[in-house]
Amino acid sequence: MTTLFAAFLASAIRTATPLGLAALGELVVERAGIINISLEGVILCGAFGALLGSTYGGVVGGFLGAIVLGIAMAGLFAWFVVRLRADQIITGTALTILAMGVTGTLYRALYGAAGAALSIPTAGPLAVPGLSLVPVLGPGVFDQPAVTYAFYASIFLLWWWMYRTLAGLGLRAVGESPAAARAAGIRVAGVRTWSLLFGGAMGGLAGGTLVLAQAGTFAEGMSAGRGFIAIAIVVLGRWHPAGVAIAALVFGAASAVQYLLQAAGLGLPYQLFLALPYVLTLLALAGVAGRTRAPAALAKVDEP
Amino acid sequence: MTRWSLRGGLRSARGFAAGAGFVAGLALLLLVLGYDPVRAAAALINGAFGSWYAFGSGTLVRATPLIMTGLAVAIAFRGGVFNVGAEGQFLVGATAATAVALYGPGGNSAATILLCFLAGAALGAFWAAIAAILRTRFHVLEVISTIMLNFAATYLVSYLVRGPMQEPTHVYPQTASIPHTAELARLPGETRLHLGFLVALVSAGIAWWSMRSTAAGFRLRVTGSNADAASSAGRIDVRRVVFSAFAISGALAGLAGAIEIQGVTFALYENISPGYGYTAIAVALLAKLDAALVIPAGILFGALEAGAAAMQRDAGVPSVVVSVVEASLILALLASRGIRQRFRDNV
Repeated sequence: MTTLFAAFLASAIRTATPLGLAALGELVVERAGIINISLEGVILCGAFGALLGSTYGGVVGGFLGAIVLGIAMAGLFAWFVVRLRADQIITGTALTILAMGVTGTLYRALYGAAGAALSIPTAGPLAVPGLSLVPVLGPGVFDQPAVTYAFYASIFLLWWWMYRTLAGLGLRAVGESPAAARAAGIRVAGVRTWSLLFGGAMGGLAGGTLVLAQAGTFAEGMSAGRGFIAIAIVVLGRWHPAGVAIAALVFGAASAVQYLLQAAGLGLPYQLFLALPYVLTLLALAGVAGRTRAPAALAKVDEP
Repeated sequence: MTRWSLRGGLRSARGFAAGAGFVAGLALLLLVLGYDPVRAAAALINGAFGSWYAFGSGTLVRATPLIMTGLAVAIAFRGGVFNVGAEGQFLVGATAATAVALYGPGGNSAATILLCFLAGAALGAFWAAIAAILRTRFHVLEVISTIMLNFAATYLVSYLVRGPMQEPTHVYPQTASIPHTAELARLPGETRLHLGFLVALVSAGIAWWSMRSTAAGFRLRVTGSNADAASSAGRIDVRRVVFSAFAISGALAGLAGAIEIQGVTFALYENISPGYGYTAIAVALLAKLDAALVIPAGILFGALEAGAAAMQRDAGVPSVVVSVVEASLILALLASRGIRQRFRDNV
């Protein structure tokens, strides 16, 4: 029983890691008053960056490539949305389509149309000495790839930064009232651009996690809606780092249940399990979205 | 409306420069990747416009679902409803039409076709109505909900064509072919172009007229441009308008799915749509959300899709490159301020 639970927990956290990383990045972006719908495209570019990077520089090169491409995508979004004040939702949709096209074209051009079974160096689990031996929780929580520990750490760092530093206060001010923030001497465009770049790095890291710590390969469109689920997780987590982390874990747990049910062989169609995360997102949003408050300036164009 | 002002001229110049820069960039990209851009462009143009047959069977056949889904998106956006779920609504519409054609009452051709159309439109509207309820009652952003519903629709089709609706021999993941009575007639001219193209043209005409000249169209436009003003100054029931925008949009996308089954594929299978519902966004935006302009925009993208298929066949260039073209077009329009800012003030 304990081993089954440990396996369940490990699987839940494994699924939660990329979702949580991307959602924490998007959390900062939304707290600055921007909604980056192209997070889906950022994750996809991150995954492709991981593929490119890992063919030259192993696992480390892969994560670097993921982060760089994630930031590049987010930078493009920032240029349109912050500089040109273009509509955030349309820009985000266009950039997601762009990411699909660019990664698909490059992947087929560089790695062949059939997408030869690429073997990419992967990041194996890294047991934390001592902690991984803790009964029940240890093996699931502390025997994970290094990037999962980065996820744990970023929850606390982000909370500290957002609620205990002046810069974090500035970020939240920008998301609530750009005009008031500007009057207080905060560079609104700068804060928004840096938030977006941070969100891009986190989204890229999430894509890198999919390739380097999970699938071990790249597939076209492998982000499979995770960017949109991550945006939903930000809502479910009520725009707070701890809430976001919990929401990501709940999603991870739901996916883990899906594997368990599938393994149990109840004779249910597998498509039902595949559709589960998306249906779950809808249900969860219906339960929470109306009862929480988004940053006041979210998705509004800032006209100074 | 474009006016010949200095500012307008500058904006179109910026858009033109962005477009030209983009074409040059794309050619360079193809060159770097080891393709021959000239050959690729020739294959693309030849595949889309090379002959009357290519134009009818390739471009216009692909333009039909794009015009229909483009209209769906244009009407929704006009009402401030960001329906990016045309893909899912298309799929469930296709499913409903197939089900009615295969298991329905049968009877004469006109009645069967009409019944299939109705079923497709109804299920498409229902699929969109889920997102409508989520938005109006639960304040769920429709961009998220409609995307989630797209995934749900994809897996629903995947399940049906491998399960209850699979063809009798249970070998292929698709349904049996629909009976001939449910098939749409070909238009004269020795191409694969079918009656559905005319349905798309008529739909665009009706949408253009109602948007312009009816009270409902007016309410839609006012709600889309400023929901608060619409409800306070215009005494418009914004919720109701939003709901109808979703439903009409979903019905059009669902009808597009039905037409694709009855005019082109004659059976339901998993990859029945190469992303028509997403391309539709580019179509609608290029048409500046004007229902009449959706027709040329849909034909342009139909040509691109048909040309891309030829490009992959003849020049070996991956056809996904079309997504790059679509996205860049939207971005160029955004950069040149060709797209009206702020579709939604009512998140």
